[in-house]
Amino acid sequence: MRTVTTPDSPAPVKPTSVSRWPDRSFHWLALLAALTLVGLIVLVGWELYRGSRLSIHQFGPRFLVSSQWDPVSDVYGALPFIFGTLVSSLIALVIAVPLGVATALFLTEMAPVRLRQPIITVIELLAAVPSVIFGLWGIFVLVPWLRDHFFRWLKDSLGFLPLFTGPIYGPSMLAGGIIVAIMILPIVTSVSREILRSVPNLQREAAYALGATHWEVIRIAVISYARRGIFGAAVLGLGRALGETMAVTMVIGNRPEISASLFAPGYTLASVVANEFTEATSDLYLNALFELGLVLLAITILVNAVAQLMLRSLAGGAGAKAH
Amino acid sequence: MTGLMGLSSLLVIAPLFLVLYFLIREGASSLDWNFFTQLPKPAGEQGGGMANAIVGTVALLGMAAAIGVPIGVMGGVYLAEYGSARSNYWLRFAADVLNGVPSIVWGMVVYAMLVVPFKTFSAYAGGVALGLMMIPLVMRTTEEVLVLVPQSYREAGLALGIARWKIITVIVIKTALKGIVTGVLIALARVAGETAPLLFTALGNNFWNHSLAEPIAALPLQIFSYAISPYDDWHRQAWAGALVLMMLILSCNVVVRFVSRDRR
Repeated sequence: MRTVTTPDSPAPVKPTSVSRWPDRSFHWLALLAALTLVGLIVLVGWELYRGSRLSIHQFGPRFLVSSQWDPVSDVYGALPFIFGTLVSSLIALVIAVPLGVATALFLTEMAPVRLRQPIITVIELLAAVPSVIFGLWGIFVLVPWLRDHFFRWLKDSLGFLPLFTGPIYGPSMLAGGIIVAIMILPIVTSVSREILRSVPNLQREAAYALGATHWEVIRIAVISYARRGIFGAAVLGLGRALGETMAVTMVIGNRPEISASLFAPGYTLASVVANEFTEATSDLYLNALFELGLVLLAITILVNAVAQLMLRSLAGGAGAKAH
Repeated sequence: MTGLMGLSSLLVIAPLFLVLYFLIREGASSLDWNFFTQLPKPAGEQGGGMANAIVGTVALLGMAAAIGVPIGVMGGVYLAEYGSARSNYWLRFAADVLNGVPSIVWGMVVYAMLVVPFKTFSAYAGGVALGLMMIPLVMRTTEEVLVLVPQSYREAGLALGIARWKIITVIVIKTALKGIVTGVLIALARVAGETAPLLFTALGNNFWNHSLAEPIAALPLQIFSYAISPYDDWHRQAWAGALVLMMLILSCNVVVRFVSRDRR
């Protein structure tokens, strides 16, 4: 596709050296723009590292395992935020992956053809809703409803589990997880759909030929063929979930606590930065916040890289379409 | 089984309608002429609007486009026209990794880059933060549409002895222009709603911005600070602002759909 080479061997009229320079500078300009990507990755890592040097020096690796976050005595530890980020993202995955994969299956295998495009459009529009609007809706609609109905019901029916004990405030780890689930559903669904669509029809026909029912075909031929890709979609969703900021900040309760109960308020890496960055009173405080950003960046880049490599290695490269 | 899957699809799409329903129910009543023409009022005073935030968002998007579009499009040109398969693999990988960088991190990076050295929050910093986020988005969509331009167009140009850069700008980019514009619009719609990168770059401002070197208001910032405030008046304003922002983003998406349908 992109290997056009200027025929240079039997050139009857040699292009003059004057006419070459615009071509060459255009090429260099394009290369420069493409290399900006690499520059940006380095820039992001370097600025976060530079901003957090004081804290890295002061606390060392203890920063990652200490759960003390005390701006008054200038002692900082990231554990409650790492915990909150991981737990809220896991809740989101537990909700979003089954729903997203089921929807993708519905769209590729079952839904009447007329219905498919409208549903896909709605899911794409859902992806366009800004985080802050989900947050607003979360504060005033979703959280009150969860508090008064869903959480109460959970507590009554599953209250024997330590996950669903303790007082119900409303803003909580579970509320944060649910809002993140809504936000990552579009990407999980659309990537899973790409994966399922890349399953060769031959695969399905072979299963039908063996006498499988529709559902068996889906289970045996489609899902098992697409299993790795779906896993990749889930990891990609996790990457998004980890970095979600505004909506989570608005509904998770923002308390640096590690609690077994999902009804208890939590705090994530992204939301502590969003809340406390402009209020950081000491240099060390600001450095600690930068280090939280560095931790967040490291986790998300790792997760995204894994997802991209997994999706890339599949035929068709469905991951390439996953914006 | 089909029923269960259909039900989950319903669950997946329900939030969009719920969000839109509440945006209209709570926001539409506060949308009046004043909302689009007046500055925010202090807490407790009735009325006021978000005129400065709407203008601020437009200004920020303009600056973001000034950074993101040229670099993104040129990068896309490199990927589609010049790059070898191997370098493209890594460049695309880099673009996808950058797409995954949490938006709050962009805010911190630009804070360290532009706010600390100049000792002030500024509209420039906000625009740069959004612009940097746009680069990988625009680059990927540009590449995707450029490779769709038939190879024979380029060969025809080469056969006529036209310089490579002219072939790319006059023939290839022109052919794919609609697709590139679509990609730019999608990227703009995406960053228009971003709040986290603006929190400590553009900061927000309750008054008109007189210089881009000063803090500037933006719709998402205003929605955020009003939503977490304790005042009912401000909550109503937040809903109205969210409705306006949502309409802005939705209309971008509708235009995109219209344009890309036309292309087929």
